[in-house]
Amino acid sequence: MTRAEALPITVRGVTKTYGRVHALDDVSLDVQSGEFLTLLGPSGSGKTTLLMVLAGFTRPDKGSLKFGEEEMIRTAPHLRGVGMVFQNYALFPHMTVAGNVGYPLRLRGTPRPEMADRIERALDLVQLGGFGDRGIDQLSGGQKQRVALARSIVFEPRILLMDEPLSALDKKLRDRMQIELRHLHEQLGMTTVYVTHDQREALTMSDRIAVVNHGRIMQLAEPQQLYDRPENKFVADFIGDSSFLPVTRDGAGARFGDMALQMDGAVPGADALLLMVRPERARLLVGETPQDTNIFDAKVTELVYQGESYLLYATLKDGSELAVRGAIREGTFAGLPRAGDAVRLGLHRADTVVIADGGS
Amino acid sequence: MAVTDTPADMHAAGLRRDERMERWRLFGLGSPALLLVLVILVIPVGWLFYVSFIGADGNFSLENYARMVSRKSYMRIFITTFQISILTTALCIVIGYPLAYFMSQLPGKWAGLCLVTVLLPFWTSLLVRTYAWLVLLQKQGLVNQWAITLGLWDAPLKFVHNMTGTLIGMVHIMLPFLILPVYAAMRAIDGDYLKAASNLGASPRRAFWTVFFPLSTPGLFAGSLMVFVLCLGFFVTPAVLGGGRVIMVSMKIVSNIELFVNWGAASALGVVLLVLTVIILWIASKFLRLEQMAGGGH
Repeated sequence: MTRAEALPITVRGVTKTYGRVHALDDVSLDVQSGEFLTLLGPSGSGKTTLLMVLAGFTRPDKGSLKFGEEEMIRTAPHLRGVGMVFQNYALFPHMTVAGNVGYPLRLRGTPRPEMADRIERALDLVQLGGFGDRGIDQLSGGQKQRVALARSIVFEPRILLMDEPLSALDKKLRDRMQIELRHLHEQLGMTTVYVTHDQREALTMSDRIAVVNHGRIMQLAEPQQLYDRPENKFVADFIGDSSFLPVTRDGAGARFGDMALQMDGAVPGADALLLMVRPERARLLVGETPQDTNIFDAKVTELVYQGESYLLYATLKDGSELAVRGAIREGTFAGLPRAGDAVRLGLHRADTVVIADGGS
Repeated sequence: MAVTDTPADMHAAGLRRDERMERWRLFGLGSPALLLVLVILVIPVGWLFYVSFIGADGNFSLENYARMVSRKSYMRIFITTFQISILTTALCIVIGYPLAYFMSQLPGKWAGLCLVTVLLPFWTSLLVRTYAWLVLLQKQGLVNQWAITLGLWDAPLKFVHNMTGTLIGMVHIMLPFLILPVYAAMRAIDGDYLKAASNLGASPRRAFWTVFFPLSTPGLFAGSLMVFVLCLGFFVTPAVLGGGRVIMVSMKIVSNIELFVNWGAASALGVVLLVLTVIILWIASKFLRLEQMAGGGH
């Protein structure tokens, strides 16, 4: 299979309402040529609706959709030439594996010898070489997933859409398929739009992630940017764990209670501000007072053992809660403070991020 | 703490006895129905077989079967029966399949309403519906009157007491038997299959013929078989609407008993009809699992 000529996708002002509900609220988005972009959001956020608009299965109220230079918003789905992997795979049960993978080629009148050749190459690519004669119900979930993938790329579409394709697999298989899909994308280079509600999956696979909620894109950024510098509380809350402390503006910086916070980043220009604390970025300080660190006095409310790490919940003076995660090694768990103990928690200035409240 | 009250065999005998008791209880639950089947099905059918081999003189004889082969009129009756059954089934498919497809594409509430309208005549007496057709279709009936008023045709057409009337009535009565399994099979087809076909480049027409239709065939096959088999033994509608000119096997059985009081001949016809039906079902079961006949689907 050759590297396809990838196409950029341009979405402008796409709106879709169901009654009074805005499934998509004036969405604009640029997917670059050859990019792996993930639409991440909770169920009902509109991420699947947006994907269905791209595929042509949902007709929006208004908006523009371009593949490359070509306007596609009114083009019928079967003329769009995009590949799609469905959540439940949607493999035709009355056809064999080869029948399924060859289906798009048959529709395009591909000559028989070339067809057999391309089916075999597509199956090889998803590591199912020689499975052509199997029936669909003889396959495991992972194999079905691979056949669905082979079927969606065998006709070399320039755009590939995936609707939660790994959600039906068990965790171990899902982890492996994430890496495989990523490699396959690098190999084929088609512009890929991937829908998921699993934030770890999004962080693992994507070039960029668009976080979607209430039919709007809350933030579009690279994974690391999204995790480290979320723009609002919804994004910070949806991706990873975090505690939020109310803070107030103090000139160019911010303060928590009477403590001026040391920080590297800037404070956003919103009215309501929050300090985002990722549990694994905060530290439990034992007798030390490190440099460039904001230090909070707190009282432990609960200590939880979680195998590879512990999670310690503490209450600050003003009553707000903070969680701290730390690795467990060399028997450190026994020496940790218990509920009721007074502790000092540190947050390095590089990890001190103030965000705008709202977005949910 | 020492366990003292455990028998040496670790309850093996007791557990075996529980298992046996459970099976007997299950059998006990089924026995009234099994008895009923024996009394009203197995014994009468056995009796039917027996009577069919008894000649006019009261001794064992094959004359009832020999008559079917030697007399041309019997052959004609069987041909008519099959002709009507095949035509009715074909018409039911032509009318019922598109209707079932339409219903399967409706949102749940509307589909339910349509289903009720399909079933409504099903709950009305067969005899009432058949005579209703007689009233509608007769020479001075509603259909002829309206058609002539509207100028569709000039003189009253003959709709009853012939093949046309029989077919109209039978198709009407058999339609639900076709629609229900086809509809069930269609409802079971995941909409994503069609989306996938479309996404892969199939026009709506291509998607229908390459994906939807093949997936609906188990239901279509089950429904057709049901209609065909029911038609083979049908009596009331062809008797009333055929007006004695369309003679099916079931009507010959009646005339053998009522007119000629020849139980042997009637039984032999019944046996042949039964055997033919079983053979058809047996051939059909090679192509689909019989339990699909009840509900359709996959």
